[in-house]
Amino acid sequence: MRYLPLSEQDRQKMLTVVGAAQIDDLFADVPSDALDPEIDLPLHAGELEVERSLGSMAARNRTAGEGAFFLGAGAYKHHVPATVDHIIQRSEFLTSYTPYQPEIAQGTLQYLFEFQSQVAALTGMEVANASMYDGSTACAEAALMARRITKKTRVVLSGGLHPHYAAVTRTNSELVGDDVVIADPDIAGDEDIIALIDDETSCVVVQNPDVFGHIRDLQPIADAAHEKGALLVAVFTEAVSLGAIKSPGAMGADIVVGEGQSIGNALNFGGPYVGLFATRIKYLRQAPGRLCGETVDADGRRGFVLTLSTREQHIRRDKATSNICTNSGLCALAFTVHMTLLGEVGLRRMATLNHEKALKTARALKVIPGVEVLNKTFFNEFTIRIPKNSQTVIDALADEGVIAGAPGARLWPDHPALENIIIVAATECTTDADINALTSALTEELN
Amino acid sequence: MSTKYTKDHEWVRLEGEAVTVGITKHAAEQLGDVVFVELPEVGKSFRQNQDMAVVESVKAASDVYAPIAGEILEVNAAIVDEPATVNAEPENAAWFVKIKPSDLSQLDGLLDEAAYAQVVAGEQ
Amino acid sequence: MAMNAQGRPSAANENISTPMVETFTGNRALVIEESLIFEKEAFAQTGVDLPEPEGLEDALGGLERAEPIGLPGLSEPETMRHFVRLSQKNYAIDMGPFPLGSCTMKHNPRLNEKMARLPGFSDVHPLQPTSTVQGALQVVHALAHWLKEMTGMPAVAMSPKAGAHGELCGMMSVRAAIEARGESETRRRVLAPESAHGTNPATAVQCGFTVDHIPADETGRVDLAALKEKLGPDVAAIMVTNPNTCGLFERDIRAIADAVHEAGGYFYCDGANFNAIACKARPGDLGVDAMHINLHKTFSTPHGGGGPGSGPTVLSAALSPYAPVPYVVERDGAYELVERLDQAAADGTHADSFGRMTAFHGQMGMFVRALSYMMSHGRDGVKQAAEDAVLNANYVQTRLRAEMTSTFDGYCMHEALFDDRFLKDTGVETIDFAKAMIDEGYHPMTMYFPLVVKGAMLIEPTESESKEELDRFCDALLSLARRAKSGDASAFKASPVHAPRRRLDETGAARKPVLRWRPELTRAAAE
Repeated sequence: MRYLPLSEQDRQKMLTVVGAAQIDDLFADVPSDALDPEIDLPLHAGELEVERSLGSMAARNRTAGEGAFFLGAGAYKHHVPATVDHIIQRSEFLTSYTPYQPEIAQGTLQYLFEFQSQVAALTGMEVANASMYDGSTACAEAALMARRITKKTRVVLSGGLHPHYAAVTRTNSELVGDDVVIADPDIAGDEDIIALIDDETSCVVVQNPDVFGHIRDLQPIADAAHEKGALLVAVFTEAVSLGAIKSPGAMGADIVVGEGQSIGNALNFGGPYVGLFATRIKYLRQAPGRLCGETVDADGRRGFVLTLSTREQHIRRDKATSNICTNSGLCALAFTVHMTLLGEVGLRRMATLNHEKALKTARALKVIPGVEVLNKTFFNEFTIRIPKNSQTVIDALADEGVIAGAPGARLWPDHPALENIIIVAATECTTDADINALTSALTEELN
Repeated sequence: MSTKYTKDHEWVRLEGEAVTVGITKHAAEQLGDVVFVELPEVGKSFRQNQDMAVVESVKAASDVYAPIAGEILEVNAAIVDEPATVNAEPENAAWFVKIKPSDLSQLDGLLDEAAYAQVVAGEQ
Repeated sequence: MAMNAQGRPSAANENISTPMVETFTGNRALVIEESLIFEKEAFAQTGVDLPEPEGLEDALGGLERAEPIGLPGLSEPETMRHFVRLSQKNYAIDMGPFPLGSCTMKHNPRLNEKMARLPGFSDVHPLQPTSTVQGALQVVHALAHWLKEMTGMPAVAMSPKAGAHGELCGMMSVRAAIEARGESETRRRVLAPESAHGTNPATAVQCGFTVDHIPADETGRVDLAALKEKLGPDVAAIMVTNPNTCGLFERDIRAIADAVHEAGGYFYCDGANFNAIACKARPGDLGVDAMHINLHKTFSTPHGGGGPGSGPTVLSAALSPYAPVPYVVERDGAYELVERLDQAAADGTHADSFGRMTAFHGQMGMFVRALSYMMSHGRDGVKQAAEDAVLNANYVQTRLRAEMTSTFDGYCMHEALFDDRFLKDTGVETIDFAKAMIDEGYHPMTMYFPLVVKGAMLIEPTESESKEELDRFCDALLSLARRAKSGDASAFKASPVHAPRRRLDETGAARKPVLRWRPELTRAAAE
């Protein structure tokens, strides 16, 4: 067993030292009839066998990179520089723990400080934490945070919020007794969310670009929320969009949460991803998650530590701001390395390329008979309406080797009006050949 | 009147109409370097033993309870700006709040200096 | 004021003189000082070559980002050097023992990493048509099978993103079950020992419960009689870690489970320490209703400097109906994803699902790694790993008892608990002892946890340490203990001196938080 260093001889010697006749003497507290149960699982296997077995499972999946791929809706296929994966696989990052001993964890702490600085800059906010599990759980935490700050209990969710984010937020907020209002999805992009904000509202949660791809001016929503004593939680699922669109901080958001997967992280069938969480400094004490701060050591040298930990569960226990313990450290590192390579110059260019690929895709689709592009504005994702059930069409196109987008029928099973929409995403990875493959397959399917 | 104490390590002093409240020297020492203090709003009322303020060091957070029911008359903003004062002068300059008591007789239930000393001794 | 002191701030001591000769540059041979990426004057550079945009008319609706972002960009060699230099300031399992009790820092096999990076797993989107991701669903299904078999539980929720998220999943299931019984107004209390992980009370509160303590007996275990007195018709659940946070198996576990069930409550078991009993004993045979499994502890997925974790949660038949969506089912060799509540109700596997916990299906990347580990070890290897982990902990406990004070007599499970009695009157505190370990080349053990033990030191060697490594480790700790007793307190107070940084001023960091790079400071320094 290649992961176990003890030899049988070692074990015998060690049992003698501890004064046990056999190993099960050490398990004497386990009820004897429960000890060493029959377990119906395979025996150990060599690397080769495991690789074969898992490799055959991997081979059954159609990868995003092997052909036309236009699926986004919360996770995006981007190119990640080779440097990123090399760095996150370094032993000192991969196999270290949460940096509770800062003297021997400055590597982790400094990149977390850089990560926080990058996220704050990107979102246009004053402070960011050291990451959350993913965008959806960060969104749920933001609603709980708004409740603590405003001491109000009505959460208003935009219908343009990713339906899975809305579901996660509702699950969590209803647990603590909040009233959760979800606006009906408005595929045309004319949602009047302001009408739903009242004096009891703790926060209004708005995604930008919204799940249909529409770009929204958040400022009027922020103003209306503030007038009623509510907070604006701004959400994004595509971090690259922040390189092209006015930041949520500049449009009055109080808490900004989003999915950071697009930068540095693979699709991974949904996880692990990295939740971004930023806010105004005046709300810092109510924020969830770890925070890294600058300080000095005993010799006066600059260093970094985890700080303001009294908000967290390991100290505050039943009064903690959240039960969150782990963050997404390694995914945050991937984000930071990729963002370091990009810089502002690279990010802006990447964003422009994404936007242009989407413009070209939309242009190609809207001339197909029966296809209607619903967006006046969008970044790298937009919505089309077709005359057929979207799931049926998506499945048929998948059989032709084209992953055409996210079907409304799957994301909104309770809204028949959205049955015929498809959310289409393009990124810098999209080629003209991909666009041609999509248009011809869709034309044929709708014919 | 002499200073009274609670088993939760607060000191209480009746000065005129108002009761001044802070945390004891022992409490400040146990906490370590205080880094953050949160005080209630002036005008807010508390029941006896209700949590009304928070004091934190790097690795500990504690609630400060109202030792006596009443309304907050005044808070010591100086300790919010300079939390270190709580370690330096816990039993005088670093008072937390002044309370207008709703029932002065509650003071009688608090500990005198000797009784509090026993509480401290019992913890060690 | 309620006292809740947990550990002590390690404020910098300005009176300690530097024992080493400084270099001109501040570098120390292989430990090279490294500035922040923001301090490299690189706001107009980039380290990627992307094609020139075509200049199409945009569709951003006048909301384009006009304001500067302020993100530095570094070329590839600069980026590599920056992060490699940073990495060299970190301790890691691959360098030596990482004996953090309760954290389970075991070896992270690289086969796991290789498997997780197969494009068939890493380059697959969660919303692809299920016909195109049969292999990915197969992984989820296979891992679920392994977890159910190992725990003897009938169901498992795969979507929780970490251990604490798994706790939330378990307690949400409890809450849903209680609501279904029409007792949500009356059953509001959750019992947990004072020695519990902080996540337990935090989770209970996040589920709308209040928390009450379960007293411990003098052997470090749940006091059964006292627990029974606390049980009643208002108790929703107990949360007990087993093996517990003192490294001991709750020998009354069945009686505990029976008492809770008799009172109408559920038994949540914190599975953080499952690695001690995996394939040795099954929670399902012991009366547990829900338990999360930290794949990053028991099943070797990397801790990655604090995440990502993964916390699948096994559920008893009583709680299984309430498990979250989505989940995978197999029908006639094909895998389906049940995402909707009406589908779940019709399917019957988790008919009364409490809803969704996360956007997608859980930590797929971690599932692949954990499955790779399980398949490598098999049921025999997992059991051997548990036995070796327990043997290693007992070996360390026995050897260290020569100089250090063990809190409880007898054998431990996978971690050995010591307290600070052996340091009495030496002037050395637990934290000083731990920091001195750093200078000896070891990561400190868990300190000041569990809270119920004064000056606690919780040592978990894991099965990954060889006897030779354990002997070196014990020798180092024993000599430190002797040195402390010999009255060399000032050396302990000054430690570490050989680490990339000496003790950091945590008090200053908390009093005046600086949480991001501040351009104005850099400008001021430049002037």
